[in-house]
Amino acid sequence: MTAPLLEVRNLRVEFPTRRGTLTALHDVSLTIQPGEVLGMVGESGAGKSMTGAAIIGLIEPPGRIAGGQVLLGGRRIDNLPYDQMRHVRGRQIGAIFQDPLTTLNPLYTVGRQLVETITTHLPLNPAQARARAIEWLELVGIPAASQRIDSYPHEFSGGMRQRVVIALALCAEPRLIIADEPTTALDVSIQAQVIALLKRLAREKGTAMLLVTHDMGVIAETADRVAVMYAGRIIEIGPVRQIVKHPRHPYTEGLMASIPPLDRRVERLAAIEGSMPRLSAIPPGCAYNPRCPKVFGRCLTERPELLDAGTTQAACWLHADG
Amino acid sequence: MFAFVISRLLQAIPVMLTVSFISFAMFTYVGDPVSIMLGQDATEAERAALVAQLGLDQPFFVQFLKFIGQAVQGQFGLSYRLSRPVAELIAERAPATLELALCAAFIAMAVGVPMGVYTGLYRNSILSRFFLTFSLIGVSLPTFLIGILLILAFAVGLGWLPSFGRGDVVQIGWWSTGFLTVSGLKAMILPAITLGLFQLTLIMRLVRAEMMEVLRTDYIKFARARGLSNRAINFGHALKNTLVPVITIAGLQLGAIIAFAIVTETVFQWPGMGLLFIQSVGSADVPVMAAYLMLIALVFVTINLIVDLLYYAVDPRLRIGKGAH
Amino acid sequence: MRGFFDSDLWWSFTRSRITMASAVVAFICIAGSALAPLLAPHDPFDLASLQLMDAFKPPVWTAEGDATYPLGTDDQGRDVLSAIMYGARVSLMVGFSATIFATLLGVMVGLLAGYLGGTTDAVLMRVADIQLTFPSILVALLVDGIVRAALPREVHDQIALFVVIFAIGISEWPKFARTVRGSTLVERNKEYVLAARVIGLGKLPIMLRHVLPNVLGPVLVIGTLNLALAILAEATLSFLGVGVPPTQPSLGTLIRIGNDFLFSGEWWITIFPGISLIVMVLSVNLLGDWLRDALNPKLR
Repeated sequence: MTAPLLEVRNLRVEFPTRRGTLTALHDVSLTIQPGEVLGMVGESGAGKSMTGAAIIGLIEPPGRIAGGQVLLGGRRIDNLPYDQMRHVRGRQIGAIFQDPLTTLNPLYTVGRQLVETITTHLPLNPAQARARAIEWLELVGIPAASQRIDSYPHEFSGGMRQRVVIALALCAEPRLIIADEPTTALDVSIQAQVIALLKRLAREKGTAMLLVTHDMGVIAETADRVAVMYAGRIIEIGPVRQIVKHPRHPYTEGLMASIPPLDRRVERLAAIEGSMPRLSAIPPGCAYNPRCPKVFGRCLTERPELLDAGTTQAACWLHADG
Repeated sequence: MFAFVISRLLQAIPVMLTVSFISFAMFTYVGDPVSIMLGQDATEAERAALVAQLGLDQPFFVQFLKFIGQAVQGQFGLSYRLSRPVAELIAERAPATLELALCAAFIAMAVGVPMGVYTGLYRNSILSRFFLTFSLIGVSLPTFLIGILLILAFAVGLGWLPSFGRGDVVQIGWWSTGFLTVSGLKAMILPAITLGLFQLTLIMRLVRAEMMEVLRTDYIKFARARGLSNRAINFGHALKNTLVPVITIAGLQLGAIIAFAIVTETVFQWPGMGLLFIQSVGSADVPVMAAYLMLIALVFVTINLIVDLLYYAVDPRLRIGKGAH
Repeated sequence: MRGFFDSDLWWSFTRSRITMASAVVAFICIAGSALAPLLAPHDPFDLASLQLMDAFKPPVWTAEGDATYPLGTDDQGRDVLSAIMYGARVSLMVGFSATIFATLLGVMVGLLAGYLGGTTDAVLMRVADIQLTFPSILVALLVDGIVRAALPREVHDQIALFVVIFAIGISEWPKFARTVRGSTLVERNKEYVLAARVIGLGKLPIMLRHVLPNVLGPVLVIGTLNLALAILAEATLSFLGVGVPPTQPSLGTLIRIGNDFLFSGEWWITIFPGISLIVMVLSVNLLGDWLRDALNPKLR
């Protein structure tokens, strides 16, 4: 096994509020190998985006990393001062946000935003950087890139803007991309194109990716491995095929059952009863116990760690014997 | 660009018309110009002659059109109080007010914007807290009291600066300037600070709020995620986006400065239009009030136009009309 | 009441010492001026009690101070402290009345414009826009000037107080109208309003019962900050000599009178009313700032 590109160990993120400290992430541990795509799924509020923000060191104050480590290529990056961390951002880890309408500065041309990113990280002069920017716009499929480079963001459609965002995230050739719901804000017809583009570029450049989404379809066709999050914890992690076909955690099972199958008609989709608890009201024992169809005594009192469950790891007492 | 200017000019017309209408209504219906000009014991025949001469017997709209026609040429008749042409009175005093307002606006912008940027960026530093306290006291201090306190300290107490008047002025054509003499410059200091301080604190608070708002946006977060330096983010991205709304408010504030000059001019006995206006209000000198009102409206409309043009220059989204927002 | 003490508003109030202090100061100002006839050591309007011999007495802590007049006396032998208490009464009365007037007018216009839309909206907001381009102090001056010119002097002096209230109120309403209109536009399309409309409630009941309560938060914030502005506007008008009548001097009038003696060294006649005005306005401003931050969770 090669050394992982990214290693997250027991990450804990806390938010102090007036009614006490909320823990948004508990003991999150994961690894990403070079070139690997790790999917991350879960309901909104489960901590998916928070994990991405913590890795790149951009948690909004007053939130803070209260414990654990983030290592990139064996080097700790969670405790770097701002000025060193900024050479990691963009250069080592790129980020793609959810809404392309708001992630680009409306007052600058896309070219200027690309050039400033490139010259910040790579030893190129402005003319070379501009040539590189045009190359990137072509790579992400912007037609007539050499003219469009001087356009402002509002002159692009939503899908085109997300392509620009992808170019911006990749233009300094980072080794890891954190894509936080990159297609959620786009039209359904465009989502597939953008995902295909991301997948192709990641493969061509050998870039690893943390793909945060709640769209299991996207995960199934893009990710190598999947981490399932629930109430601030990873509750199951494993190869995508196993997770989709043979989920081991009852929550993952519920999640998979709620995807409409393409190959047959069903009368009614299964849905998980109830909703995820708020961070301030997580029950003792397993956080999923109020909704779990297979709940038993131990679930109510003891919280399960990730346990080996055959081909995946699942935080569920059903797999206590290994 | 041309179409943009034209459309803005067209929008200014109703404003000017409304204001002229108010001025005209004041002119015609407030007080009794005939008895004011002739005195109480004029005969009916004298009155009728003056009414005819002033055109007061003509239909309302004819009078209004005549009023506008004369206003466009700068004719507002005679001041009741001083019996001199209003246009002449205002032309005499306009330079004093404009120079004062310009200096005050410069102080307000040159100090207020950097303070706002600083407090927006470093919200919890000690200096920020100091600035914020300062600004809160600033908005709670009435302009005239600032003037009085400054006079007490620097004119009465220390004796460094004059407490009233413009000092020596130099006449350049019809324009009289205080910028070319030492006494003129010294006389400018206290009034300009007095007038600028309130606007300074307003601009600072506005820039701070706007800066904090912009720093929360996704594109700033994305700029951080791209690894740009703090400097590039704060001064390249955040500041420029902050300035878009600030330009509007700052422009309007410049107008407010000219209006607030009334107070400052009273405190410092500054021989400007504001002092003239306040004396006119006190003695119900309607022609001067009407003329001043029209002039102020013109200044406001002009400032608004300039603000719109600046906006147009800064924000590319306006340049192609209503593109995808 | 228990609900109130458990609320976020109360929590943030107890967290901020400055806010609590300014609430205390504001309370003292209001109580002190409201109860001026009971608390003030002298009656500054009782001409019989004025002693010209006592004119220009400095404050009590200076060498020539007199314990009867803690903050000294003015040119007519009036006790400065009592004059301040009575003056603050006028200032606060005008400030509150003008703000209430502006609030009522602005809220009404805003609700109508936002809820009815169409031509009503266009006309009302155009008027507000035009007025907003002019600083409120200028509008107030103008209204005052017009009324002054239109009415005979004796009549004007009698109703001068109302003229000032009207002038300041009319100069401040567009801010309320704009805010309320904005909130109304948002609320109007929410489901609860649609539901109310579906069950056949009329326009007026919907506006008053459903939309109004939801726009009161911002109105309260603007109202508080506006009270400070109104007090300042009154002081400014009175300082310029066009505000309240000389028979009912406000803090601004006192400052104007004292200003004449600034150069001859009788600083206390101006400075103490000035300080009172600053303290009063500052405490109101602090309360307004706190309210704005507390009611706007985005800034928390």
